Amino acid sequence: MDLSLELTEKIDKLIPRYPDKRSATLPLCHLIQEEKGYLSKESVEWIAAKLDLQPMQVWEVVTFYPMYRREPIGKVHVKVCRTLSCALRGSYKTCEKLEQALGCKRGETSHDGKFTIEFVECIADCGYAPVVQVDDKLYEKVTPDGKTDELIEKIKRMAEGESVDETPEGVKHPAFMG
Amino acid sequence: MAIKERRIVYKHVDEEGYSNDIDCYIKNGGYEVQKKAFEAKPEDLRQEVLNSGLRGRGGAGFPTGMKWKFLDFKSGKPIYLVCNADESEPGTYKDRQLLYQDPHQLIEGMMISAFAIGAKQSFIYIRGEFINGARILEAAIEEARAKNLVGDNILGSDYSCDLIVHRGAGAYICGEETGLIESLEGKRGYPRIKPPYFPAALGLYMCPTIVNNVETLCQVKHIIDMGGEEFSKIGVKGDSGTHIMGVSGLVQKPGYFEIEAGACTFGELLYDGCGGPLPGRKFKAVIPGGLSMKILKWGERFKGKHPNTGEDFDWGVEDIPLDSISMGLCGTALSTGGAIIMDDSVDMLEAMANINAFYAHESCGQCTPCREGSLWMNKLSTRMTSGHGREQDVPLLLDIADQIAGRTICAHGEAAAWPVQSAVPKFKDEYLDKIKKQANGERYNPAGFPLI
Repeated sequence: MDLSLELTEKIDKLIPRYPDKRSATLPLCHLIQEEKGYLSKESVEWIAAKLDLQPMQVWEVVTFYPMYRREPIGKVHVKVCRTLSCALRGSYKTCEKLEQALGCKRGETSHDGKFTIEFVECIADCGYAPVVQVDDKLYEKVTPDGKTDELIEKIKRMAEGESVDETPEGVKHPAFMG
Repeated sequence: MAIKERRIVYKHVDEEGYSNDIDCYIKNGGYEVQKKAFEAKPEDLRQEVLNSGLRGRGGAGFPTGMKWKFLDFKSGKPIYLVCNADESEPGTYKDRQLLYQDPHQLIEGMMISAFAIGAKQSFIYIRGEFINGARILEAAIEEARAKNLVGDNILGSDYSCDLIVHRGAGAYICGEETGLIESLEGKRGYPRIKPPYFPAALGLYMCPTIVNNVETLCQVKHIIDMGGEEFSKIGVKGDSGTHIMGVSGLVQKPGYFEIEAGACTFGELLYDGCGGPLPGRKFKAVIPGGLSMKILKWGERFKGKHPNTGEDFDWGVEDIPLDSISMGLCGTALSTGGAIIMDDSVDMLEAMANINAFYAHESCGQCTPCREGSLWMNKLSTRMTSGHGREQDVPLLLDIADQIAGRTICAHGEAAAWPVQSAVPKFKDEYLDKIKKQANGERYNPAGFPLI
C-alpha cells in the first residue's frame, strides 16, 4: 500500500511506544484514515499485518467506532451536534438548514462530492450550543438564524480549497487567537 | 450579583495573557509541586490524597485515595496510570477547558500521580473529536520532556515514566473505565465485568491500573501543594474541594464556574451565575450533572434531615446546595457537574425522546437488556412524539427502563434507565396530555425548538 514516507516513519516510531502492539490499532486507523480519507479493505489488511493481527481484529474496531469510515466522504466534513444541550438551542433546525444549503441529507454526501453532513452525539462544548465541527474546527453558537448562513458561506469557501479561519477551535481563549 | 467562585484547577482558565506553553506555566509557578513531590515518599503522597477526601470528578464520585489504595502493589506486574479525557457525558464540557488552556497542569498532576503509584507508563485517553486538544497535549508533553519532567530519569530521581496521548474514535462507552481499557488495548470498547476485572488489580494488559478523570488528576497537584488535611477543609464533610459546574441549555448566559462544594445553591448558580431564564420564560426542569443523572422538576420539594448538620431541610430545586451529599439527598447526583437547564418552552416528551436516542446510539451492544431496551425506549418515545402515541406507552416506557437498570455489565444500563425512571413519574401528566392533543393534530409546544 502506498503511504507517504512521513506517515510510515511516524507509524514505525509510534508502535514501539506501546507495551503491546495491538494497542496501536486505533491510532493507526486514525493516521491512515487521515491520509487516505477512509479505511479500505487494503488499509485494514495492511494494519493487521503491521500489528501481527488477523484482519478481523481490525475490522471489529473499524466497525465499532463511529469516527471510522469505510467509504470516502465529501471534501468538507460537517458534524452537527444532536444531543440535548444543542437541540435545546436549535441544532435540529441548524442541521436542516445545512442540509438544504449543501444539498445532502444527514449521513450522506452531496452529489458533487463536496460535502458530507453528520448529525452526531455530544461533542463536549455544551455551553456554546449549538456547535458544529467542520473538519477539525469547532464553530460555536451556530443558531439556526444568520449564524448558520454565515457558516454555510464559510463551508462553501472551504470546499473551494480556501483557508477560512486561521484560528483552531477554542477561539475564546487568547492563546488560540493565533 | 456575581456568583462566588473559588478557582483552584480553573485558576488560569480564560485568564488574559495566559498561554498553554511551558514558559507561561513555569512563570506561574508550574512544576514546583512536582519537584517537591519527587523528594517525598510515594506512600506519603498517596496518604495525602487519601486524607484530602477527594472524590473522582469523572461522574461516579468514588474517593480517589481509596481507588489508589486498592492497587495491587504485590503482583509484581507493572502498574499503569490512565487519564480519562474521553469527556463524553452530554452536558459536560469542563475537561475541554483544562486540556486546551492548561495542559501542563494535567501533565504535572499526572506525573505526581504516576510517581505516587509507581506507574511504569501513563496514558491520556482523549476523545477522538478533540483533535486539536490531542495536538496541544502532544506538544506540551514534548516541552515537558525537554525539561526532564516526563520520560527517563525524571528530575534525576531514577524514576522514569513515559506519557502517551491516545485518541478514541467517537464511542461514548469508552468513558467507562473498563471500556476505556479495552479500547486502549486496541479492541472494541466493551466494558468488563467487575468482579473480577477491577482495574486496580486486573486492568490494562491484565495489570494493576488506575483510571482517573482529567479534573481529578489536576486536583492531585493542588492536594500535594497544600496538603491533604488542608484540602479536606475546602467544601463540606464527605465532599471536599471544588466542583466545576458547567451550565448549558436554556439560561441567559451558559458557562462554567468553579465553586467550593456546598458554598452556593443551584438557584444562585442559575440566577447569579447564568442570569436566570431567557426573557419571558420560567424554569421547568434541570438535569444536574450530565445527561444520565436523574431529572429534577422545578417546583418539587425535598424534605429530610441533613446528615452533616443534623438539621431538617425543606428545599426547592433552587435551594439545593451544590455538593454531592445534598444532591444525593434529593435523589440525584452532582456527578460531572454538567447541568442542563430546560424552561417552559420545552416539550418534555421530546426531551425524553432526545435522551433515549442518545443511549440507543451509544449502547455497545454487549448486554441484552441495554442493547434491546435502549433501542425499544427510543422507538417508543419517538413514536409518542410523532402523534402515534398511546396512553399505555407511558407505563410501558417505565416498565422497560425498570428491566434495564441493574442487569448489565456496566453502568450504561443505569445511565439509559435513570432519565426515564425519574422523568416519567414527574412529567407523566404532560406526556398524557400531549398524546391526547397530538391525536387531535395540535403541535404541543410550538414555542420551543424541536428536540427530535
